[in-house]
Amino acid sequence: MTAIATSTGVPVQARPRRAWAGALIGVALLVLSVASLFIGVSDVSPLALVTGGPDGRAAFLLIVSRIPRTLALLLVGATLAIAGLIMQMLVRNRFVEPGTTGVSEFATLGMLVTMVLWPGMALLGKMGVAAGFALLGTWVFLRIIRAVPVRQLVLVPLVGIMLGGVVAAVTTFFAYRLDLLQSLGQWAQGSFAGVMQGRYEFLWVAGLMGVIAWIAADRFSVIGLGEEFATNLGLDYRRVVAIGMVIIAVTTAAVLVTAGMIPFLGLVVPNIVSLIIGDNVRRSIPWVAGLGAVFVVACDILARVLRFPYEIPLSVIVGIVGAALFLWLLLRKGSRAH
Amino acid sequence: MLTEQAPLAVATPPRTLWSRPGVRMAALAAVVLALVALFLFTDVPGSLLFALKVRGLSVTAMLVVATAVGVSTVVFHTITQNRILTPSIMGFDAFYMLISTIVVFFFGATSFLTLDPLILWGVQVVVMVAFSVLLFTWLFGGKRRSIHLMLLVGIVLGTFFRSFTEWMQRMLDPVAFQVLSDAGFASLTRPDETLLLLTAILVALGCAAAIPLSATLDVLTLGEPAAVGLGVDHRRTVMILFGIVSVMIAASTALVGPVLFFGLIVANLAYAYAGSFRHAWTLPTAVLLGMVCLVGGQLVIERLFAFSATLSTVIEFAGGLFFLYLVLRKGAR
Repeated sequence: MTAIATSTGVPVQARPRRAWAGALIGVALLVLSVASLFIGVSDVSPLALVTGGPDGRAAFLLIVSRIPRTLALLLVGATLAIAGLIMQMLVRNRFVEPGTTGVSEFATLGMLVTMVLWPGMALLGKMGVAAGFALLGTWVFLRIIRAVPVRQLVLVPLVGIMLGGVVAAVTTFFAYRLDLLQSLGQWAQGSFAGVMQGRYEFLWVAGLMGVIAWIAADRFSVIGLGEEFATNLGLDYRRVVAIGMVIIAVTTAAVLVTAGMIPFLGLVVPNIVSLIIGDNVRRSIPWVAGLGAVFVVACDILARVLRFPYEIPLSVIVGIVGAALFLWLLLRKGSRAH
Repeated sequence: MLTEQAPLAVATPPRTLWSRPGVRMAALAAVVLALVALFLFTDVPGSLLFALKVRGLSVTAMLVVATAVGVSTVVFHTITQNRILTPSIMGFDAFYMLISTIVVFFFGATSFLTLDPLILWGVQVVVMVAFSVLLFTWLFGGKRRSIHLMLLVGIVLGTFFRSFTEWMQRMLDPVAFQVLSDAGFASLTRPDETLLLLTAILVALGCAAAIPLSATLDVLTLGEPAAVGLGVDHRRTVMILFGIVSVMIAASTALVGPVLFFGLIVANLAYAYAGSFRHAWTLPTAVLLGMVCLVGGQLVIERLFAFSATLSTVIEFAGGLFFLYLVLRKGAR
């Protein structure tokens, strides 16, 4: 199984470099997570923890706000990147992720529906509805994409973005009529400022999806080789696609209700990992998760310190860095997108 | 990538009167004239002369927007060999909102409302055209790259600016935000006369540049290899056409605000209705259909619903649903 799925694009000499890169990601993850615990408006430093700080609330803040926030960042980074990877395998296209296929927009429409019909609904219910809509969005996109030849690399995300634009227009139309535009905007723009104990636990559901993706990794590798190929190897193609769709939809919805939309992450991270170690999903999932987590934590620390003591929304930072990386992926030599 | 096989120029001669493109277009033109007459002369509340002046401005604005959107969308479909894209996907609306947001953010909502519209319009047109021309020369100037790639780069840049805009909007007070979100929806009533004139001139120039190219456009429909084989300088022609499209879309966006899916409806209806694949027919048909949508829609909303909805949001909404129907029925071709 793995022998078939290993990528041919990786030179043999890449081994030492890979170990090096892996160690680098691990160290960065550790350093950034610890830094994330101690950066913020209130004084929470190792020293303050020992002495109790100026008002003796350092430990309380650490447990209620900083640890949940850091955990949420790690979970979001890892799971969104995995969802992007799975989506790329399902569509067989390097340039898709929930944000470039209309899935995020469908989930936002779901959020609007819950706001209008059941304003007092618990967050879990909201997430369920958003996940349902995201699933519908994934289905619609896959249905549309069937008509595009696999070779037309760049047309696939174009169509997806168009679809997202349509759904966003429908959402905006209703939100504007019902005066919900600004509150919806608060939801839709990714930021971790409001994450605290009791407000991020749904992300563990997304984490569970990441674990399922890892367990089924080999199946996704084979799916990436095309339907006929997968069926020939004795794989139930439709069932694996369905599992992938659920992973994508639930992850998107969980991240949306907790932290809002975060653009480009699921697209950029798997592509960079693929450049380093190739396309074997079983081998690349831990890498993708690790790099995704590093990316989000780093961007969030930036969002906290750039205009200290105010915070910039995380999605702005990720949007700027991610857009630059995406452009580089598109325009670099040999990206086959030309 | 086109769904149907375009019939060759030497198709069988039309059998019935109705299958002739000329007859179909004349009928459509008659409908447009009737609608315009209805809009101008019926249901006059006070002095006819005053009503005519106000309504005449509205009709002119509609004509300008219908022309800009119709022509640019059809041309864009031909360049990209794809019928479900719209030129506004390039992020023109992102720029429009970014500039408006910057004004509100730094000078306040009152100055945004009292600012000389001419300055705002000029800045917006220049920035939008400059952006698309820069993008185009950067991506097309050096190596050979696909048009789709260029679009995607444009979109990514659009997202980049949009996230910036959103961030600024988050820091506004609710009143200023309301002013801005009203500016984000296209409005066709009561346009500024000077701006209308300027936009009309730009759109007319665009049409004057596009009309002589209609035969070349027919050849481009066959795809790049065939067009090159038939002696079309593909890159140069596409660059010129793209410049025309961006000027038209920029001008009309700056006049009335973002219109995303309106062109999609109009262009696709035009292909179905025109009875010919020649641009000499599809371009004017798209413009006339745009007029039917705008004038007819405005009539229905003004006289039947008494302004309970704005025309542009209704058109966007309908256009979005139409798009979904289109791609689910035919696939993304």
